[in-house]
Amino acid sequence: MGSNSLYGPMDPAPDAGYTDAPPRMGFFTDTSVCIGCKACEVACKTWNDVPDDGFNLLGQSYDNTGGLTANSWRHVAFIEQPAVASGRPVAAPGANVIAARTVPDTGTAPGIAPAVDALAAAATAGTDFMDGPAAGGSGAGGCSGGSSSCGCSGGASASASGPSGGGSAPGLVGGAPSGGGGQFLGMPTSELPGTAAPAERSDFRWLMMSNVCKHCTHAGCLDVCPTGALFRTEFGTVVVQDDICNGCGYCISGCPYGVIDRREGDGRAWKCTLCYDRIGDGLTPACAKACPTESIQFGELDELRERAQRRLEKLHAEGETSAQLYGESDDDGVGGDGAFFLLLDEPEVYGLPPDPHVPTRDLPHMWRRAGWAALTMVGAAVVAFAGRRQ
Amino acid sequence: MVPRADFQSYYGRPIVRPPVWTHDIAIYLFTGGLAAGSALLAAGGQVTGDIALRRAGRAAAMGALGASTFFLIKDLGRPERFHHMLRVAKPTSPMSMGTWLLSAFGGAASVAAAAEFAPLLPSRGVFRLLPPLGAAAGYGAAALAPGLATYTAVLFADTAVPSWNAVYPDLPFMFAGSALASGAGVGLIAAPGRPARRMAVAGAAIELAAGHRVETRYGLLSEPYHAGRPGKLLRAARALTIAGAVGAVVGRRSRTISALAGLSLLAGSALTRFGVFEAGVESAKDPRYTVVPQRERLNARRGAAPGPAPSPRTRKS
Repeated sequence: MGSNSLYGPMDPAPDAGYTDAPPRMGFFTDTSVCIGCKACEVACKTWNDVPDDGFNLLGQSYDNTGGLTANSWRHVAFIEQPAVASGRPVAAPGANVIAARTVPDTGTAPGIAPAVDALAAAATAGTDFMDGPAAGGSGAGGCSGGSSSCGCSGGASASASGPSGGGSAPGLVGGAPSGGGGQFLGMPTSELPGTAAPAERSDFRWLMMSNVCKHCTHAGCLDVCPTGALFRTEFGTVVVQDDICNGCGYCISGCPYGVIDRREGDGRAWKCTLCYDRIGDGLTPACAKACPTESIQFGELDELRERAQRRLEKLHAEGETSAQLYGESDDDGVGGDGAFFLLLDEPEVYGLPPDPHVPTRDLPHMWRRAGWAALTMVGAAVVAFAGRRQ
Repeated sequence: MVPRADFQSYYGRPIVRPPVWTHDIAIYLFTGGLAAGSALLAAGGQVTGDIALRRAGRAAAMGALGASTFFLIKDLGRPERFHHMLRVAKPTSPMSMGTWLLSAFGGAASVAAAAEFAPLLPSRGVFRLLPPLGAAAGYGAAALAPGLATYTAVLFADTAVPSWNAVYPDLPFMFAGSALASGAGVGLIAAPGRPARRMAVAGAAIELAAGHRVETRYGLLSEPYHAGRPGKLLRAARALTIAGAVGAVVGRRSRTISALAGLSLLAGSALTRFGVFEAGVESAKDPRYTVVPQRERLNARRGAAPGPAPSPRTRKS
């Protein structure tokens, strides 16, 4: 135990007693290049044999996972914002807003669709791309704002003169202008988006982030685990031993990020292992391996931090002033995260705590207060029995 | 009342995970405190030669201890692995410390309770050792009791649950007072006398004073303690505790009123634990309690710069 064992910067593996520990390994998740494909979620489940989390439609953009749970060790968040891509917020058109709000009963169960008028939102988002007047009216709005696959059905309904055969390929329907001229139907093209017809960007942007266990320098879950099921690996990561965990649930309340969770029907706590079984063999964790845009980068933490700093400077230079690193500093409340992020908005927008600290930070003070309270109790008992017997 | 602050969140979802613990843990807080308070009462009876008080205290301590163990194990995800708690002793884990404390207390309280059967057993051989052994065990249990009653406050405080974590300076005193009051309740029912009455008043006073601080000193994070269902529970607990303490003093000539006062104290102590438990759960369910204090702290550290401009997507919650 070093002097900063409970709080402050330190190197976790040597502090945990490893001699000749390998370099600390971690993730740098650069959300600015995340495309929300969820390959990380799938790869993680496949490699780690994680059960499904229910097949739910949450009404929260493309997020139907909901959050990190015992059965989702990677979670891709989707935030729809009334802002242009450079990050400047704009006046909300009122309709295409998902907002931060609380609802009376927020359990961990997937919840509550916010008040979103999807069609109206789609209509505002789509108008910039239209060359001519919207021919089909509601049909046009319906297709341009939905998912790209929605374009075909919208196109089909817009050409109300008659669907051209039940089995026709979607591409044909979308490709055939249905009365409105060169109307954008959301179909994929061979050109990069925005290059063919330079148009003003819509007042809308999507933020996507693949969330994961932070593998904190000072891990609340590990500190409070009463069985020793959670342990620090030689790579500085935090792993649960499923043959030891007895499901006491303390780690779940100990985590300032709400990551670790108890699995229903199993009773034990589960979370990301940073693919301990893979990295021990020199392999890349499944999620980072599967990420097609290198939004998830795996490597030595020191090197990742330098890389993240360079990326941040580049984004700032390009005018993306809201870009910020999250969890990269070992001066923060958990002594720095082993898995840290580059975000394009404030952490709470992504469901991350803006300024977390490990609860154990105050543990010595807590024990002292409990000691004083215990002495008070002794004093009260002594006073109660003091004096002449009745 | 704290003004409701604007804040941002991800679809209003919780950030920290609400505890997976059930009300079993709230019951354990009560029974653990009751065991501790009763053990102190029994030791007092031992010192002053009040056999009825000693016997009631030891029996209540033993019963409450059994209930504590039952509810703790029941709440595990893998109850058959409860003994894994005894693999390690970790000072950074209040639950680990508490397990060892409870085990040691359990041993002492069991021996002390068993010693009460000495009169029914033949007074020769090893049985002769029972009374002195029981006396030593009774003092041992009393020595561990204050720790048993207060460590549970550290157990709750050493979490990311916003309203438990923030109130850590006052929570141990609230629990200590509650444990004393419940122990006194046992005394008032089984063997009313001046010590039990004094303990009732002292316990109630400590619990109410610390509870008042918990409910008022921590700004937004005090809110769950006086709002909604937890607020109702804690108000009821306060009323019962006050009624119990007053009844203990006013009804000292009446066995019935003393017993009712004792019941009132026990009920008050139990409701206090339920209220504190539920207040924490509420604070974890609503991201406001996680985001707003942290955002304020962050903004203050960044040199009182205004936070992120309230954007159109932020709504009043």
